[in-house]
Amino acid sequence: MRINGEEHERPPRPGQCLRTYLREEGCFGVKKGCDTGDCGACTVHVDDVPVHSCVYPAFRAERRSVTTIEGLAGPEGLHPAQRAFFDAQGFQCGFCTAGLIMTTAALTEDQRADLPRAFKGNLCRCTGYRAIADAVAGVVNAATPAPGSAVGSSLGAPAGPQVVTGQARYTFDLDVPGVLHMKVLRSPHAHARIAAISVEAALAVPGVEAVFTHADAPTKLFSTAQHENVAEDPADTRVLDDVVRFAGQRVAAVVATSEAAAEAGCRAITVEYELLPAVLDPFTAMRPGAPLVHSPLPNVVGELKAELGDVEAGFAEADAVYEETFSSGRVQHASLETHGAAGWLDDAGRLVIRSSTQTPFLTRRAVASLFDLPPERVRVLTGRVGGGFGGKQEMLVEDLVALAVLRLGRPVKLEYTRAEQFTSATTRHPFTVTLKAGARQDGTLTALRLRVVADTGAYGNHGPSVMYHGCHESLAVYRCPNKATEAYSVYTNSVPSGAFRGYGLGQVTFAVESVLDELAAQLGLDPITMRETNIVRPGEPLLSPGDHVDDLSIASYGLDQCLGFIRDAAASPVAGPEGWLVGEGMAIAMIAAGPPGGHIADATATVLPGGRYEIAVGTAEFGNGSTTVHAQIAADALNTTPDRICVRQSDTDVVPHDTGAFASTGVVVAGRAVLDAATALRKKILAAGDSVTGLSATGHFDGTPRSVAFNAQWFRVAVDPETGEIRILRSVHSADAGTVMNPLQCRGQIEGGVAQALGATMAEHVDISPTGQVTTTSFRQYHLPTFADVPRTEVHFADTTDAIGPLGAKSMSESPFNPVAPAMANALRDATGVRFNALPFTRDRVWEGLQRAHRSP
Amino acid sequence: MDLNTVADVISPAGVGQWRPGDAWLGGGTALFAEPRPHLTRLLDLTAAGWPALTLREDGLEVAATCTIAEIAASGFDIVERCCHAFLASFKIWNVATVGGNLCAALPAGPMIALGAALDGSCLLLSPDGSRTVLVRDFVTGEGETVLREGELLRSMHLPASALSAETAYRQGSLHALGRSGVLVIGRVADSGLVITVTAATKRPYVLRFPTYPGAEVVQIALTERIPDDAYVADVHGSPAWRRHLTRLYAEQIRQELDR
Repeated sequence: MRINGEEHERPPRPGQCLRTYLREEGCFGVKKGCDTGDCGACTVHVDDVPVHSCVYPAFRAERRSVTTIEGLAGPEGLHPAQRAFFDAQGFQCGFCTAGLIMTTAALTEDQRADLPRAFKGNLCRCTGYRAIADAVAGVVNAATPAPGSAVGSSLGAPAGPQVVTGQARYTFDLDVPGVLHMKVLRSPHAHARIAAISVEAALAVPGVEAVFTHADAPTKLFSTAQHENVAEDPADTRVLDDVVRFAGQRVAAVVATSEAAAEAGCRAITVEYELLPAVLDPFTAMRPGAPLVHSPLPNVVGELKAELGDVEAGFAEADAVYEETFSSGRVQHASLETHGAAGWLDDAGRLVIRSSTQTPFLTRRAVASLFDLPPERVRVLTGRVGGGFGGKQEMLVEDLVALAVLRLGRPVKLEYTRAEQFTSATTRHPFTVTLKAGARQDGTLTALRLRVVADTGAYGNHGPSVMYHGCHESLAVYRCPNKATEAYSVYTNSVPSGAFRGYGLGQVTFAVESVLDELAAQLGLDPITMRETNIVRPGEPLLSPGDHVDDLSIASYGLDQCLGFIRDAAASPVAGPEGWLVGEGMAIAMIAAGPPGGHIADATATVLPGGRYEIAVGTAEFGNGSTTVHAQIAADALNTTPDRICVRQSDTDVVPHDTGAFASTGVVVAGRAVLDAATALRKKILAAGDSVTGLSATGHFDGTPRSVAFNAQWFRVAVDPETGEIRILRSVHSADAGTVMNPLQCRGQIEGGVAQALGATMAEHVDISPTGQVTTTSFRQYHLPTFADVPRTEVHFADTTDAIGPLGAKSMSESPFNPVAPAMANALRDATGVRFNALPFTRDRVWEGLQRAHRSP
Repeated sequence: MDLNTVADVISPAGVGQWRPGDAWLGGGTALFAEPRPHLTRLLDLTAAGWPALTLREDGLEVAATCTIAEIAASGFDIVERCCHAFLASFKIWNVATVGGNLCAALPAGPMIALGAALDGSCLLLSPDGSRTVLVRDFVTGEGETVLREGELLRSMHLPASALSAETAYRQGSLHALGRSGVLVIGRVADSGLVITVTAATKRPYVLRFPTYPGAEVVQIALTERIPDDAYVADVHGSPAWRRHLTRLYAEQIRQELDR
């Protein structure tokens, strides 16, 4: 096979696909997103014809010429498609980018004129596609700031050149000599005791080196969830358990010299299951006598019951009362890079784990604790991480890899398949939210009563925390003297829920913002006025029922400006197609800039030779762009340009500690530590005079106090009553992110958040069969937003400066997700007169909802 | 994805070589998209050298190994429109084959829609000889065909009269440019109308109206001929929605072709 101009003699295996062959030959730019031909991340050219290499038989390319991203650039430099994606910054995590560039490079003029069709089969989970459209259109978005003016500029990502050339190294883009492959046998049953496992036949498979079962695993319980405070999550999980609590749970792990042998080993294991009664929905699970998921513990793993003021008195004062129940289904993060890790022992005998994680330091702590190792005997690091969205704030593979490496003393790799992402990772928590709200004639809220049942699945990772967080800012954004909350986080025998962008807020906000719209309609008020009447004002406390950490305040306030942008948008109507129903809707959301209970970041700034500087931070880069902002912050503090800043990151060896890249902390926590380190270094440099190379300074921030960020979303939609199709005529998002450190990136993050939320609102649902098995296990069954699905969203920023955040900045990342579903629900209600209360709003459900409403007027 | 249990590839392969554990291999885009641990050998048909498209007086012969890209460029409008019903990208078109789409027998298979709507027929080869089956009869259910063990699909024939007929087409999906939940094709035949329903139903339904039908006649025929349990229930659309769109699109097509 000729690959990028060079002959490769090694013949592929008979059943091998071209993707894995190319990667084995060192072409790591060829990515696995799905392995089913749906996402396009593996696109290469075979004899100049673009194909998805994951579904292309490798033997067929044997006498052909293959071009990968690594071979696309010519002697004169980047291919125009690479240059275009670089100039437009048409990527975030960059995992899909090589495939998009290889596709773009092959498009005809006609295809370039019809991108929604041309990009069928290219999925991007981060960008929302606007930046990709810009790239194809030749738009130059990235700026080159002058010294001292990096913050506030649209600096491109430092990794851009590597991303567009396929040189960026993600988790699995590393040749580990002698690495063994791990495959996991998973439970077919929702709840069962493992009565017996027979592994002899598996061990007899040629190439199988070891099989691990519950007999080999530590008995210690832990939580896969990672938080600074370990006690935040219930310790209810074993590395390998003798009871399986969901279909898809680990039963045994086979380590072999090849994936093929490991798979054969899994097939050779025989397991005798003693079936236990399973409970699949949280309402059944809460009833007395329901099967217990973690017997003898109750199924309710988290509970919040509290009241502020007197809610019943509040309802008695109300002129209008509305109550409705809302449900948000199971959604998967679908980062294009799957979970996985490779581990080995370094020369000093230290356990090293390279993982696709948002939390290298917490994972080190968890692995060390599990295997009784001192933390310094464990190093956890990441490559570039191919998307996270909360899914990687979790230890889903590292414990098992560590077990195998420690037992065998040899390198071991475990890489999830896309199907395993659906069956055996985590999902967003499904919530059922009942909200009753009362208001006076002028719109003033008198009472809010919230009831939440959150399905945490088989394990409690993030369960209580997501429930608490969901019930906080969603209510605190409204000043209402009487608020009551009753919330439960409940075990069921289904795939575990976990951290997901928005962390519970989106599910409750869906209810709160929908109900506010109904109240406004009852009272004859416009929805924006309804919000303006009730939103919390600067200087006021942020109040929700229950004990919440009190370090949160409004350190800058742009919610009024956010609403102003929405009012402006609503002032210029857009017409829909003939015969379609047209309407508009909006919603707001507030989010804390960082998690409660502390979020720690350390940073080190060091002078390198040649007028360059190194910034060491612990937080991970998974497309969130924190590296870019860190370089900007450091450049300004050191009075230089960002190209002279080299960021080393997400490695437990580079700084003392970092809680991790979650809870939207990359700028406000890690950025603050970087600012402090760089500022301190600048002082040292000025004091030191001539010899500055090697000078170093540190920064540290413990994540408290915290401010709040605001977002608002507005849609104008047309609905075809005949088909249920919703067409978005205009989408406007306003955000109060404080000082916008990088307008291009922040806008991209918002667009991406809106797109991901539109997926959850219009399309995505992980389905579970009546016996507990996930049935949507590929991107063909689980529809991610495509280029054709996502509208352009106009993004407006409030002009504020935060008193807490570094240089006045606040968080963004998660928060744009949260107002999208209710804004769409409200637009749908305005257009059709029907209140839709269950996500997602797929065309069949919309059509059926309209039919039902017309049958029972 | 890698099919790690496959130990051998026979290329080119021909009729008579099949044994248990074998799979006929077209482009591979479907075969390599799912784990297939029962397979031990692939029988590659694409190397057989069958001409992709042969235009004869009686119609178009489409080899099973003809790629979607090749048939899309064959110059017939209805053919190209059916190709656009693929959820798959144009890059998949470069590799996936017409035969592979027919044999996968998925409700949303656009080549099934094309063949059924144009009175196409399949030529099947087996060690015992050959037989011809209409496309609409070739697919018997979701993922089910009349193919017997060891039998292979050699080609699909599309008759000239149908290829040159006036047609109308409607596709419904849950998503923009998404996978077909409903695909209805109308074709003027003599003085009548043929309406073909796929994607909404577990197998193709072809409704023939010898004289041009009125709206009510079409609706009654759809109700009588396609039982409620024939509509597909899966993530690509609810049965009720699919049934509704089938009826809606059939009427739109009836009006469009009514001259």
